[in-house]
Amino acid sequence: MKLQPTQTAVGGQQAKKTGIKGAARQKVLAFASLIILILVFSLLSGNFFRFDNLVGIMLSTAVIGVLALGSTFVIITGGIDLSVGTVMTFSSVMAGVFITYWNGPVWVGVIGGILAGSLCGLVSGLMIAKMKIPPFIATLAVMMITKGLSLIISGTKPIYFTDKPIFNKLTMGSIPGWEIPNAVWIFLIASVIAGFILTKTIVGRYNFALGSNEEAARLSGVNTVFWKVVIYVMTGTFSGIAGIMMASRLNSAQPALGSGYELEAIAAVVIGGTSLSGGMGTILGTVIGALIMSVLTNGLRILSVAQDWQTVIVGLVIILAVYMDILRRRKNKS
Amino acid sequence: MNALLRLEGIEKSFPGVHALKQCKLELLPGEVHALVGENGAGKSTLMKIATGVYTKDAGRMVYKGEEIELPNTRAARDRGISMIHQELNLLPHLTIAQNIYLGREPRKLRCLVDDHEMNSRVSRQFEKMNLKLDPRMLVSELSVAKQQMVEIAKALSFRSEVLIMDEPTAALTETEIQDLFRMITQLKQQGVGIIYISHRMEELQQISDRITVMRDGAYVDTVETMNMDVDQIIRMMVGRELYEMESPTSFSPNAEKVLEVKGLSRGRELQNIHFNVKKGEILGFAGLMGAGRTEVARAIFGADPVDHGEILIRGKKAKIRGPHDAVRLGIGYLSEDRKRFGVLVDMDVASNIAIASYKRYRNMAGWMKEAHINRTAEHFVNSLSIKTPGIGQKVKFLSGGNQQKVAIGKWLTRDCDVLIFDEPTRGIDVGAKSEIYKLLETLAAEGKSIIMISSELPEILRMSHRIIVMCEGRITAELSAEEATQETIMKYATMRSQVM
Repeated sequence: MKLQPTQTAVGGQQAKKTGIKGAARQKVLAFASLIILILVFSLLSGNFFRFDNLVGIMLSTAVIGVLALGSTFVIITGGIDLSVGTVMTFSSVMAGVFITYWNGPVWVGVIGGILAGSLCGLVSGLMIAKMKIPPFIATLAVMMITKGLSLIISGTKPIYFTDKPIFNKLTMGSIPGWEIPNAVWIFLIASVIAGFILTKTIVGRYNFALGSNEEAARLSGVNTVFWKVVIYVMTGTFSGIAGIMMASRLNSAQPALGSGYELEAIAAVVIGGTSLSGGMGTILGTVIGALIMSVLTNGLRILSVAQDWQTVIVGLVIILAVYMDILRRRKNKS
Repeated sequence: MNALLRLEGIEKSFPGVHALKQCKLELLPGEVHALVGENGAGKSTLMKIATGVYTKDAGRMVYKGEEIELPNTRAARDRGISMIHQELNLLPHLTIAQNIYLGREPRKLRCLVDDHEMNSRVSRQFEKMNLKLDPRMLVSELSVAKQQMVEIAKALSFRSEVLIMDEPTAALTETEIQDLFRMITQLKQQGVGIIYISHRMEELQQISDRITVMRDGAYVDTVETMNMDVDQIIRMMVGRELYEMESPTSFSPNAEKVLEVKGLSRGRELQNIHFNVKKGEILGFAGLMGAGRTEVARAIFGADPVDHGEILIRGKKAKIRGPHDAVRLGIGYLSEDRKRFGVLVDMDVASNIAIASYKRYRNMAGWMKEAHINRTAEHFVNSLSIKTPGIGQKVKFLSGGNQQKVAIGKWLTRDCDVLIFDEPTRGIDVGAKSEIYKLLETLAAEGKSIIMISSELPEILRMSHRIIVMCEGRITAELSAEEATQETIMKYATMRSQVM
């Protein structure tokens, strides 16, 4: 009897030292950098910490943020999806086809566009899980295919949604009395859903299992092929949602836009502390990572740093963020 | 004759294990000296000390009359002691010559590789060895036997005088073995001393001059091969003490056949495997490393494909396309390589226990029933007495024995009828071992069918109701608990097919 309490006390300490504290510290670290960035920019420019600027930051985070949410899933499996940017474009073009070309109802366009994204995810997932093509190659191919298809379908010209003003309102409208565009809410809701999927559902648990040791998961009876496909479909679906948001916000489907977004999404995920080798990562981290990128770009623009330099600085920040993560992990190990 | 290499009083301990106790070995120039012993007898450890992979804790190493220390593998190689490993260490996409001179390429103008010089050096070497091989061929185009010759050539290119060969014939065909033996004879004539590790008794008689037997990390004896027969050597190898030989729990031999395997085959790895397991039975699988026991287990579990064969569960033909099918049909497999395949080390205890059973712990929408999972995990942590600060602890921070219990908990949660334990006590301390034995017995008594693969004969003998012995992908014997002894098992485990 006497041993019992001491044992649990020791146990509690051990747990704190290892898993829990490490993960918490990572989030705190990312969050702290975000706060510091905001503080620095607020001090340097009176224009930064203003309501409309903060809303602007959130608005510009929304699309990349949703893309990054989707990318988080595949990256946690230890895979990568290079096609999220052009799949996003493909989805918005398909929404244009449904709504403008075929004059369909807006909800059909929205759902159709999102499903087009899911379908791309399905194709990537089958190639990766069934045919065993490396994720980098498979999604590179899908990236090129969707990019080409978007240009072909649209005839390389933007498709406008001016006939259906409600479509633009989807993201740019706001709840009466609140001056926050819907896109921001959509991003937040999508984050909460993604967080739930990752931490509370079977898919989420298998997601981590695949990333930490795929063979061990397979030998535990997990149908790894099936679940991997499911995860790529989820990523595609999130890209589809981002595509609709993008089209709605610009009130047009821009077939030439989108490539390069996948790398920004990956950067946000990585800054958020998700490991590219798989097995660990959080949705909150990705949200913070996406915010850090937008705050940085926005702040630098307000300080009139030339755009080319902004890109250089974001690149440096990625190195810094990932290196700090490596140092932290090394310390955890020893 | 003066010894080429003499090891005396070698001691080596690893945390928790006294791996080598006062080991000795004497190798004469031009001698083929066989080193035999069961799995885990300490052969590899001793050879790793002789090649500088490990450093000895105590003892003397005398090479050509001079006492030497080998702080690393490079020191051993520079002195002329080389090892040909069972898994060949060649780079398949480089040529033969590039492999042999990797890291010490002859150069011209300091920075250019002198391919011409390299190839001609290798050609000269091959001529000396009577080998007809083009040094410019890619290693990936060579058969395993030829690759082995390349390894030998590589060792000789370091002017090696001591060659250690670990199971060199394991992957060779009969004619290739004869080629290898010709090469060995030739090397003998040049005065090279060869330490030859093998489990194949007939081979030792053909090629070796003397045999040293090791057992449980200790030296047993060195004998002239000519004066010994196979049975005598086997007796020296297995004279191991049996710990508390309780007879296995009783079970009725007329019980229902839960799993039946018929004609399972894949290439040379699995040849016409035929057996069954009954309800409540512990079926032992004995054999030496590489005999194909793990391959059988993985094939039944759907982890690897097979060419032919069928699996019947309760008399019904089962279609197993992957582990998820096997698990659905009530088969659980505990891998021999616990850290890589048995548990997810980066995930917590609760997730590991639930990983095979999540379908049961979700609601219609796919949410996990966290509370339910935690209750189950707590239950198994208590009933298996897993020592962990909590079910939220990552498995990598648990000891080997407790990781194994987590892996067992995973299959108990799934409520499997057939459990395959592949080396369940490997790397586990004595206390945890007997706990696992008790657990297996309890499970069998509860009506589970258990297949236990083990390289430890006393363990097999103690636990099994029936024992299957494998050698080189075939089942060579099926023994009842009464007729099985260490000697009979070892005899069947070293029984090669009759092609000689």
